[in-house]
Amino acid sequence: MIIAKNALPGLLDKLIAEYEVYAPVKEGTYSLYKQICKGTEAYFGFLNSKIPPKGILFPQSEKLFSYSGAQMEECIDSKKKVVFGLRPCDAQSLLLLDSVFKNDKYEDPYYMNRRANTLLVGMACCYPAPTCFCTSMGGGPFDSKGLDVMLTDIGDEYLVEAVSEKGRELMAKMALSAAGDGQKAAAAKVRDAAVVTCEVKTDGLKNKLDANFYDSIWESFHEKCLGCGSCTYSCPTCHCFDIVDEARDCNGCRVRNWDSCMFPLFTLHGSGHNPRTTGKERMRQRVMHKFKYFVDNFNATACVGCGRCIKNCPVNLDIREILADIQGSEARSDK
Amino acid sequence: MLRMQKLASAIQDAARMLLEEKKVDLVVGFSKGSLPLRSTPCFIRKPEDAAKLTWDCSCENNLANYLRKRQDRVAVVAKGCDARSIAALINENQIDRNNLFIIGVPCSGMVDRAKVEAALEGKDLIAVEEKGDTLVLKAIGVTMEVKLDDLLHDTCKVCRYGNPVIYDMMIGEPAPAKPEDSFADVAAFEALSPAERRAALAAEFSKCIRCYACRNACPMCYCTECFVDCSAPVWVNKSTGTDDNIMFQAGRVFHSAGRCADCGACDRACPMGINLRGMTRKMVKEVKELFGYETGVNPDEKPALAEFKADDPQPFLVKE
Repeated sequence: MIIAKNALPGLLDKLIAEYEVYAPVKEGTYSLYKQICKGTEAYFGFLNSKIPPKGILFPQSEKLFSYSGAQMEECIDSKKKVVFGLRPCDAQSLLLLDSVFKNDKYEDPYYMNRRANTLLVGMACCYPAPTCFCTSMGGGPFDSKGLDVMLTDIGDEYLVEAVSEKGRELMAKMALSAAGDGQKAAAAKVRDAAVVTCEVKTDGLKNKLDANFYDSIWESFHEKCLGCGSCTYSCPTCHCFDIVDEARDCNGCRVRNWDSCMFPLFTLHGSGHNPRTTGKERMRQRVMHKFKYFVDNFNATACVGCGRCIKNCPVNLDIREILADIQGSEARSDK
Repeated sequence: MLRMQKLASAIQDAARMLLEEKKVDLVVGFSKGSLPLRSTPCFIRKPEDAAKLTWDCSCENNLANYLRKRQDRVAVVAKGCDARSIAALINENQIDRNNLFIIGVPCSGMVDRAKVEAALEGKDLIAVEEKGDTLVLKAIGVTMEVKLDDLLHDTCKVCRYGNPVIYDMMIGEPAPAKPEDSFADVAAFEALSPAERRAALAAEFSKCIRCYACRNACPMCYCTECFVDCSAPVWVNKSTGTDDNIMFQAGRVFHSAGRCADCGACDRACPMGINLRGMTRKMVKEVKELFGYETGVNPDEKPALAEFKADDPQPFLVKE
């Protein structure tokens, strides 16, 4: 199917009447996914948003329940949502988050409720950035996995393709015109032209990480790291959280906040003991969690190659270089 | 730019010499980063690695941050603002001057990545070419020539201390003198009504994601336990919210009164592009006006808030 670019705001307005619609919104020099009230607020001129859209399903600060004396009220969000203009890497990250929030040991009602009620309309990446390495992480600029609908920018129009059954139903409501052969050919042309130039080798990486916990290689990676949470909060797959009560007297709420393994507080025990004493242990944890523990637990790498951590790091600590160094190292398990 | 290349090779020579003669165990400087127009802090321990050191208009981090409470003998490549922070940290017993060798580098300003992003309208920078006083920025489908001056960080535009105030070795020609900082930006903020000021702060700090990059990039933020991390009592909610975000930053700024060298490291570290200097500079201006004190400018001078003089102005207590 096909939709003209100038008809898109009108289509979004129709969706807004039925759903909470989230789309990239221009915020100065970058974009952020926000709930929009009007179709014209959406802006698709940027590639990746500054902060990933994971917050739509897993908010940075999420009220789990509130209480007033003995009265308790659970906060489950079951509103129907559409995320419009999701990039393929971010869609892939949601599949990874799914395995964290719903597995054979645990099911998280807060995330899963939102997830079940959310439709994902993707936007293919015609011009991948130099920091994009999705193709090294099992994705691609036109990869539609995890999406319900996929849009391809072909100039003045978008080619619209259904990916899932839910996506087909959504498209039926949109009343779009059929795509002609010329438009399909134009989409194939942009697809062929969209090349991800950056490659990150992951062959054998897991084997190295299985053995190198005590390797001296970890001594130097963290040296320039400031220990902030910029990479964590920019990451579409990072999902660690902290739960706190915010209350006055007997009234308050329990809140789940994003947390970062780069903060010393993350592992500080009540006793005062901290098992991850320095940046070395914290940096190792971040790399291990993404490229070893997540693989052990869910048979997938917890990185989708969006490149946000590379761009947002205040000291230009580049995960690609860390992985290359590990790849090139001899894994030693000597203590 | 030839001048930058000369500075880089002089830095390499100095580092090599210091390591070869075993005067220091480590040289902290900058090496070429992984992105165009990006340098990255680097740690050199062998003379043969000194060639990795570089110097250009993208050496934006304040390296004083890596020098606190070290046991080894360190040399640091310091531009003007790094040197002011170093002087302040020496004053606060965080750096042992005897174990530090300062390679001073005159600085004419560093590029603000946000300004590059703005010029390219969000497109990713692929390559940069230096052409005299201009930079040629290249992105997909875009090539533009921009004056280096227009890309400099706001901090650097008003900085009068590009030449390090404290050093053991000075490299290159001194940077030209600049006029007194007029604090026009702070004056404009002060001229707003309280409601307007509150709205302006709320607009900025609603963007905060509490990653604490500002705090961690600041050489002066080194409390063992930051007040935001304290859970008994809770000074600031852990949840993000505009009020708590402002409270966090206000607490941080008050705590760095008379200690902030206006290096802009916090501002540059912020991934969300929050104008943090709007707040820090208000405090810098207050301290300068009340006590005539500028952090780290005169290394022997006691910090404003560490000293009491009978004739210190107290307009907040009594009419003067």
